[in-house]
Amino acid sequence: MGINPEGPPMGGAEAAQLDADELAETKGSRLDKLRGRWRALPRWQQWLVLSIVALVVFFLPVINPPIITTEPGTDFPLACFDMARFALVALGLNVVVGQAGLLDLGYIGFFAVGSYVAALWTSSDSTYVHIPFLWTLPLAMVVTVFFGVLLGIPTLRLRGDYLAIVTLGFGEIIRLLASIVPALRGNVGFQNVGAPPGTHDGKQIFDNSHGTPWYMMTVAIIIVVMLLLGNLERSRVGRAWVAIREDEDAAETMGVPTFKFKLWAFGTGAAIGGLSGAIFAGQVGFVNNQKFDVATSMLFLAAVVLGGSGNKFGAVIGGAIVSYIPNRFIEIANYKYLIFGVVLIVLMIFRPQGLLPARNHLLAAIGRIRQWTGTASGQPEAAAATDAGRITLRKEEDQ
Amino acid sequence: MHGLVTSLATVDSSWIQFDWSNLFQNFWPATFDGMTFGAIYALVALGYTLVYGVLNLINFAHSEVFISGAYAVVFTLSALGFGPNPPHLSLIAIIGDLLLACIAAMIVSAIVALIVERVAYKPLRDRGAPRLAYLISAIGASFAIQYIFFNWRSSNAEPAVIMFNPKPIFDVFGTIIDSQQLTIVIAAIVMMVATDQFIRRTRLGRGIRAVAQDPDTATLMGVNKERIIMSTFVIGGILAGAGALFYVMKVPSGVIYNGGFILGIKAFTAAVLGGIGNIRGALLGGLLLGMIGNYGQYLLGDAQWTDVVSFIVLVLVLMVRPEGILGSNLAKVRA
Repeated sequence: MGINPEGPPMGGAEAAQLDADELAETKGSRLDKLRGRWRALPRWQQWLVLSIVALVVFFLPVINPPIITTEPGTDFPLACFDMARFALVALGLNVVVGQAGLLDLGYIGFFAVGSYVAALWTSSDSTYVHIPFLWTLPLAMVVTVFFGVLLGIPTLRLRGDYLAIVTLGFGEIIRLLASIVPALRGNVGFQNVGAPPGTHDGKQIFDNSHGTPWYMMTVAIIIVVMLLLGNLERSRVGRAWVAIREDEDAAETMGVPTFKFKLWAFGTGAAIGGLSGAIFAGQVGFVNNQKFDVATSMLFLAAVVLGGSGNKFGAVIGGAIVSYIPNRFIEIANYKYLIFGVVLIVLMIFRPQGLLPARNHLLAAIGRIRQWTGTASGQPEAAAATDAGRITLRKEEDQ
Repeated sequence: MHGLVTSLATVDSSWIQFDWSNLFQNFWPATFDGMTFGAIYALVALGYTLVYGVLNLINFAHSEVFISGAYAVVFTLSALGFGPNPPHLSLIAIIGDLLLACIAAMIVSAIVALIVERVAYKPLRDRGAPRLAYLISAIGASFAIQYIFFNWRSSNAEPAVIMFNPKPIFDVFGTIIDSQQLTIVIAAIVMMVATDQFIRRTRLGRGIRAVAQDPDTATLMGVNKERIIMSTFVIGGILAGAGALFYVMKVPSGVIYNGGFILGIKAFTAAVLGGIGNIRGALLGGLLLGMIGNYGQYLLGDAQWTDVVSFIVLVLVLMVRPEGILGSNLAKVRA
């Protein structure tokens, strides 16, 4: 193992960074303190709180809380669905931007591909074989992964900037192709995109004008995706992503096949983008070339960065905020791109880690090992205390 | 099974159609018109190349630096009485007005470029931010500027401003070359040569090359790095302003809030095609890309295919030869 408590040259740097992390936490804002307390909770308590939160979130459109509601401006269940859609998109983009540190500026392109897949194989305007709507979700993911790999192979070998500009172009090119390729029907678009089956009192449950069932389905998908991504994060793949994000050259030197794992991240992100695109197409029921403005990619990016790139809870919250604010405060809806553009600059200057910063599992783990082996001499006392507390709790849990 | 696959996805004429005879019939007009567009791409591409050379970053906001210049051209010419019909003015008066518009565009673009540098790049440099942070703040600046124009000038394009009626000058391969094409290509080449010489021969140019080569050593040798970076943004802005004048000349009704976006990507493609960081490469890449894009348009039938073809060129170049045709960088330019 590369972790040697006796202090090889790398050890100093890690310790320094850990110190900085922990120091930022103890000295940081109230939000950071809250985060520290949350992290000190035992895992079963975390799960309990999360389940309650998930339950409340799940029934949000039914509860329709008075101050939070977006009515009369926007139908609240539909606004909730929009939040969920943004949250799912942010979750996918977070894998690319937050986990692997790759800048994808054309995420709307993958979203559009997913929407068109759903439209082409379910809409009454399409001449292709019709398949049930729910089958288009995995199909959309497969097709978008194909596009992701197609874009990733030439660019991921190069420096990050190239990926950024190629994806930026891709977002616009997909929209152009939708306009000029006759089979994609341009502005006319596809009517009657399919929906999941099921009727209640003779009416279709998944109706275009009712946001609640769509919202609940999307939230359920978000929870599943978060669990899967959580597993991926804690696997070899996730560790490779963090290594690449922190220092690509060092990762390559330590034997991480960076190109392969970058492609993994890019493909995973693309698949989630396609999935959310297909759900969106189903809810709106109509797909044409006007729905995939490249500026929306910037909103997606703002969602990830605002929430905290690298933290999936942060990404979900960021996505919900970015979608919610223009719906709640209609007066500023026209200025949303301007506002979130400025927000991106301001965040990069003053709080690049976003609302909920990424957890450095690896660095934290190293710190814990040091603690056990009694070599964490350079750590600030407060941080050492909390760390020790956490370890005793963990031990009790194990027994 | 085979039947199912073909009916699931059939790529037929409703997806893409090649019209080779159209391309061969219009080969020379497409070439000359493409070179005109290419000259404009090249001028904008210089901004990307220079900043890339010095900071090693793609300036995503450069497309907005360009479109600000285009707005300045339209406002200036409208104020001078130009409109949707070509003016009845003497040649000297038109040239004078165009020069005025050009200077206005250069000033506006340079100021916008400088603001982008000060707001979106400088604070990050001071904090030693990671690369990703620069790219994100630059894209934020890009969209913020775009939507300032959107909220100010609405989502519609500005009314067309016609500068002069193109007059046929001479005939090549049975194709007429008009005064507009000639003006744009010659003026652009002159500006590119001037820039090239400026970078090679002047003190500031030497400073730019020094910082491009090794910022730390350049600082130790007494080069003021901050001033050089600012100057680079300003030079890029000035060239984008000139590009904006020619763009409005060529596409009079193309000034719209997001009009810089696709042109920016094409200009960047031109820079990569010629070799990013390479001034002569930008010219070569611009002209080539303009021609290839136009061929694509005639082959595939819709003007918007130009953009798609340009994008495919970008992906192919990155796949096959990411260092570009001339493939060197600013630091290696010999004095």
